[in-house]
Amino acid sequence: MTTIQEQVQQGEGIIPLDENAEVILETRGLAKHFELAGGFMGFGTKPTLKAVDGIDVVVRAGETVGLVGESGCGKSTTAKLLLGLEKPTDGQIFFKGEDFTKMSRAAKRDYRKNVQAVFQDPWSSLNPRMRVRAIVAEPLQIVTKMTRGQINTRVDEVIEEVGLNPYQANLYPHEFSGGQRQRIGVARALALNPEVMVLDEPVSALDVSIRAQILNLLVDLQKEHNLAYLMIAHNLATVRYMCHTTAVMYLGTIKEIGDSEPIFTNPLHPYTQALISAALPSHPDIEREEIILPGEVPSPVNPPSGCTFNPRCPVKIGDVCETWAPALTEEERRHWVSCHLYGDAREAFESGQSAPTAPSSDEE
Amino acid sequence: MVDSPEKDRAEASDYVDSADMDTDGFGPSTVENDVILELRDLRTYFQTAYGTVKAVDGVSYHVKRGETLGVVGESGSGKSVTALSIMRLIPSPPGYIVGGEVILDGENVLDLSDGDMAKIRGSKVGMILQDPMTALNPVFNIENQVGEAIRIHQRVKGQTLVDKIIHSLRQVRIPAAESRMKDFPHQLSGGMRQRVVGAISISCAPIVLIADEPTTALDVTIQAGYLRLLKEIQAETGVGIIFITHDFGIVAKMCDRVAVMYAGRIVETGDVRQIFNEPAHPYSEALLASVPKLEERTQRLYSIEGQPPPLFDLPPGCPFAPRCAYVQDVCREAYPVRSQIGDEHTASCWKILDFDMSKADPEELAAAQSVNVSAAEKEVPAEAEAVAD
Repeated sequence: MTTIQEQVQQGEGIIPLDENAEVILETRGLAKHFELAGGFMGFGTKPTLKAVDGIDVVVRAGETVGLVGESGCGKSTTAKLLLGLEKPTDGQIFFKGEDFTKMSRAAKRDYRKNVQAVFQDPWSSLNPRMRVRAIVAEPLQIVTKMTRGQINTRVDEVIEEVGLNPYQANLYPHEFSGGQRQRIGVARALALNPEVMVLDEPVSALDVSIRAQILNLLVDLQKEHNLAYLMIAHNLATVRYMCHTTAVMYLGTIKEIGDSEPIFTNPLHPYTQALISAALPSHPDIEREEIILPGEVPSPVNPPSGCTFNPRCPVKIGDVCETWAPALTEEERRHWVSCHLYGDAREAFESGQSAPTAPSSDEE
Repeated sequence: MVDSPEKDRAEASDYVDSADMDTDGFGPSTVENDVILELRDLRTYFQTAYGTVKAVDGVSYHVKRGETLGVVGESGSGKSVTALSIMRLIPSPPGYIVGGEVILDGENVLDLSDGDMAKIRGSKVGMILQDPMTALNPVFNIENQVGEAIRIHQRVKGQTLVDKIIHSLRQVRIPAAESRMKDFPHQLSGGMRQRVVGAISISCAPIVLIADEPTTALDVTIQAGYLRLLKEIQAETGVGIIFITHDFGIVAKMCDRVAVMYAGRIVETGDVRQIFNEPAHPYSEALLASVPKLEERTQRLYSIEGQPPPLFDLPPGCPFAPRCAYVQDVCREAYPVRSQIGDEHTASCWKILDFDMSKADPEELAAAQSVNVSAAEKEVPAEAEAVAD
């Protein structure tokens, strides 16, 4: 075995999920609709952009939940909603059981302290005119009442934790490489000792050999601090590596959600199957039968009725798919899918029973 | 393949057999071994305030008709500059092609006059640029942009030109080409724009196509469709493709052979399966181990310490030494010579020679040392200016 192979075999990946761990974040029917300009002189129907249309997600301490989907599926908007950067038009967000929308201002500040973000672009996410020390200290200055000395100590602490040297904190962002800048972003997010970190495609903008460094750093930090992560990614292999739970989104709704392993080894939803079949292989001998979906992802402005995927679905059943959106059913343990091919929805359809007009989403 | 609703549904008549069309292209190559492009010891240096940056320092690879060569490396490895050197698109100053040969279909492109080079750039050798979203000019319609190369290189106009434009659009499977070509880029979806960029690059039936990371940051399904399209075009026209990428998934799916670059040099070349199954160079091995796999649960990713070195200040010896898992003293003293490992499989690493400098041919060893830049060397050598830029 080579040195490299040894290192890989002996290393530790993500620790298994503790299902009894405390639920840090939970959403129920979370939705964000944007009203666009339209109509005539302010009258008439305005088109609605349904970016997020009713999603239920649960993130526990020490768990990484991956949100996967293509452009327009609503994953970035979901992240913004969870960070408090957008106000939901419907649904609720619970932080450790408390409803965010009903929180007092003080409680909301507390929430924001505990839900921090690492952004995709390590160049635009750091203010080029601030020294790194100031960048990492900023959240501490805004939210806490720590003294200058205490802040500096904390900054040093967190900079070392991400693998940089405290003396580098006096430099400006442009003096660092992309991977180092992303570490600075992680340090800034870690400074407030949050319970949850929202990772918005944290490694897409980085070179391939640096990605592993950052991903491993995130895994190690999770172990150390029992952090919960909500990770947005479009690279399925990264999601399989990092995430305990995966949610597949399409046009604002979750089509499939559950433990990552069953989702990747036994994808149930036709969209998930198509996505995985289209992913790049990790070895030239691997040949995947690619499921080619007709058309392109429609615009989230006035999405299709019923199941949002129905116009492109290769195994569409019939009218039922166009009429109402299927509820999430638990098809196997910790593996939910929203599709008329499965579970209660199928039985109801086959037995000719009338189906519910308003789908009630089950919780994850 | 249907891309959009009813009005764009393609019909059988839309797909014209490429053999029917006389595109004034450059047909099957007449060179022996079907090698349509060969780089021999190419060197491109840039003069900067920090010193001479040896962006490409002795790169040799070749592409055969109908085959896809993957050039893999990170930012700063020299893979894109190599491609630009082939096209002679290196801005001078500060860059100069100071040595080597680029043999395209039997002739050395570096010897051509500017005028002759302009005739083959975009026609005999095509390039698909990164980010198809912004590669198109927003104020000209598709017809104009796809027709530009054809108009200039083949000097046709009127109906002949229109027919060729439609043919190119059909080759990239754009349905209802006659009406679509009147559209502007902003009226097309991302996937369509990508295909238009592809159409532009193959419009004059090049014998070799350089694709520089054309699918970065694209959605999974769009990327899959695009790669499939490139494969189909290659099967139809026999074009050779140089695929520049840092994504091993693309290499696994698309490439027949691979060249791995680091710090301006090729560190390993071989058949795609050889590289995946038995990577000989520690950098190749490390890169492969640092990528998560979709088909199985990866236990832990291998993480390569440090970053790629700055090219104006390379240490003596192998530039990968500071980050190498197998490094020994000899690695820091001298750049390793290239060793033959198998049929068509070569790599430059002391590990292959058991870290024994005496096993290396003295001449080759001396020649390999030119990669070292000493801080004192700030000027491009005088003889370099005689070579075409």
